[in-house]
Amino acid sequence: MDERLRRLLGASGPELTCEECFAELDRYVELEVSGTDADAAVPGMRGHLEGCPACGEEHESLLALVAGEETGT
Amino acid sequence: MRTPAPATVAPVAPAVSLDLESRAWIEALGDQGAARDDAIARLHALLLRAARFEVGRRRPTLPHLRGNELDDIALEAADDALVSVLARLEDFEGRSRFSTWAYKFALLEAAVKLRKRSWQGREIPLEPESWSLFADRGSSPEDDAEQSELLREIREATESVLTPHQRRVLVAIALNGVPIDVLAERLGSTRGALYKTLHDARQKLRAHLAARGLAIDLPEGGKRHG
Ligand SMILES: [Zn+2]
Repeated sequence: MDERLRRLLGASGPELTCEECFAELDRYVELEVSGTDADAAVPGMRGHLEGCPACGEEHESLLALVAGEETGT
Repeated sequence: MRTPAPATVAPVAPAVSLDLESRAWIEALGDQGAARDDAIARLHALLLRAARFEVGRRRPTLPHLRGNELDDIALEAADDALVSVLARLEDFEGRSRFSTWAYKFALLEAAVKLRKRSWQGREIPLEPESWSLFADRGSSPEDDAEQSELLREIREATESVLTPHQRRVLVAIALNGVPIDVLAERLGSTRGALYKTLHDARQKLRAHLAARGLAIDLPEGGKRHG
């Protein structure tokens, strides 16, 4: 997969808007940390995170923060 | 004894029950006097922790910012996030822990401030000055040929099928790496509105490529591994 093409064309398939992404972000991250299928629970989230650099970075941060607290690091 | 909730509660009361910690937060923040002040101080500390976490993550990419400036940004982000969280307490439905829900406001505020700060005083490249650089890097020769053709088609399509606004937004964000929040500030727009423009532009490009029989080898929106 070419990163340049991803940046230009985004992910295929339906995706959430930035507002919907923010509304679902906390639930999505907790599902990920608990090992649940977060993508099945929040359809369209993965596509948005791949297509939207800003929301993608904030997702990475929240995941790192919450996962770090879980493992006590 | 706690005062019962007024009879005119919001019609869409969440069916989800809160975990003990989240319930304690909501009750303390809905309290009065010293108890509420104490809860707000603890909430601010929680938000400041998240804001500092974000600053710490981005610090390596911000070598020109001094430590005290980064501290100030973290504090401002926590202050702004506190206002947002308190204004939106009723939106909290207990679908995650309260702390996770609150963190996202602080991370957002800190990330947006740091993106804007790192682009402060810089000109926003709205012209496709990096197409050539973009198209010249490749991995293997076969890949190169296919990718180059695809990139050439995309380049032409940005000129022929996109509106000027779609083209500007696509070029700035996807090609020149301008953060969407920075572009939104310069254009007097919002992240959500610009992303919609970007999404529409991408859909047009995809449709154009498909009509020309060009396969777009991007995985479906499923989970990526490694
Ligand atoms: Zn987004």
